[in-house]
Amino acid sequence: MQKIAVVDYGMGNLRSVVKALEHVVEGKQEVILTSVPEQVLQADRVVFPGQGAAGDCMRAIDDYGLRDTILEAVASRPFLGICMGMQVLFGHSEENMGTECLGSFPGRVRYFGDRHCDSDGNRLKVPHMGWNQLNQTREHPLWQGIEDGARFYFVHSYYLHTEDQSLTVGACEYGFEFSAAIAQDNVFALQCHPEKSADAGLQLLSNFINWDGQA
Amino acid sequence: MSLAKRIIPCLDVDNGRVVKGVQFVEIRDAGDPVEIARRYNLEGADELTFLDITASSDNRETMVHVVEEVASEVFIPLTVGGGIREIADIRRMLNAGADKVSINTAAVFNPEFVKQAADKFGSQCIVVAVDAKKVSDDGEPKRWEIFTHGGRKPTGIDVIEWVRKMDEYGAGEILLTSMDRDGTKIGFDNDLTRLVSEAVRVPVIASGGVGDLQHLADGVLLGKADAVLAASIFHFGEYRISEAKSYMKACGIEVRD
Repeated sequence: MQKIAVVDYGMGNLRSVVKALEHVVEGKQEVILTSVPEQVLQADRVVFPGQGAAGDCMRAIDDYGLRDTILEAVASRPFLGICMGMQVLFGHSEENMGTECLGSFPGRVRYFGDRHCDSDGNRLKVPHMGWNQLNQTREHPLWQGIEDGARFYFVHSYYLHTEDQSLTVGACEYGFEFSAAIAQDNVFALQCHPEKSADAGLQLLSNFINWDGQA
Repeated sequence: MSLAKRIIPCLDVDNGRVVKGVQFVEIRDAGDPVEIARRYNLEGADELTFLDITASSDNRETMVHVVEEVASEVFIPLTVGGGIREIADIRRMLNAGADKVSINTAAVFNPEFVKQAADKFGSQCIVVAVDAKKVSDDGEPKRWEIFTHGGRKPTGIDVIEWVRKMDEYGAGEILLTSMDRDGTKIGFDNDLTRLVSEAVRVPVIASGGVGDLQHLADGVLLGKADAVLAASIFHFGEYRISEAKSYMKACGIEVRD
């Protein structure tokens, strides 16, 4: 039976991710929540969630001795990054006075700011919390069966600014447009929470568990 | 198109049943929480909030089971409040499948708890619930204070100062209940909601007083709320969540279809 490892490094609500995956695999694949490097690398697919602050996340990854494991998984099998699990794949985050991240992809994670506004000058709340539209900017197997512009659940105060525009497969508008989903080869990562995004989110997870890792 | 305003049904749970008191006195039974959660999810609720209204240890145990059961089949954000006093309480609820916890009395007695909780779990899962009651007389500039114990005990703390402090301490969201309006069905206290919403960086959920769909729309249009919470109008089948969404949409409010 195929295995899906959800990487547990003590950050955030991993239970939700596991429950949503268990719901979509319908017993056909095994979902394991693990912080053991060998178990992560024995899995056929890896889900890398995360919540909380970037600095804490990076510290936890190193405390659990998972840095090399995550980098290896990123390089080798279908890999899904969620929320903070997407942000730390990039080079640098502004959070916690600047945090060096895993650097698998070129890009920086920036703060929306305390005076974030829309184009008409109306103040926008930070964190960006709630259901926003995810616009599919490029075709990808993980978008299958999901309407372009479907709403997903977001909660974040920092956003990704990619240097490599070709990485972006989905964008979201909150004051300005930011990269909300990225993909390259066997890696797909998104800012929002598919595990909390009702039918659209479950469809994305279901696409992931059936994905061969080809873009 | 941008971020949708959220509609959040609130389930007050006592002894494993959903109840809704009118100004916390008369309690009517509304049913099984898992059943109700399932129905609200199908109708398009954007989140669900469960409040443990007695917060006794027995009820807390029941709540954990309710959350576990709901979380394994309903995939939208779940918030749990009532009796959250320690870091261990938060961990327990998150492990059961909650995404956020709502802290009320414990924040008033120990504001540092909010800071610790946000540091430990991230602001995204810490909601600070604020029970506000108007203390100014008619004709005076309006002023609200924080009350505890279901609106019975005054604290002397000014609401605006309090929410700013909670924002600074790491609250990810404010759940604002007008104790003057709770259970009255005459609408939110939109003056209060607007002042709070403008005072903080984080999203504000308006609560207390919804009797019809216009009240929900007013919470957003007049109160500048980011989300609106209601209980009885949904529990007793007066309105469906989907009707509330259509109504708000017709008022020009962006909602999730």
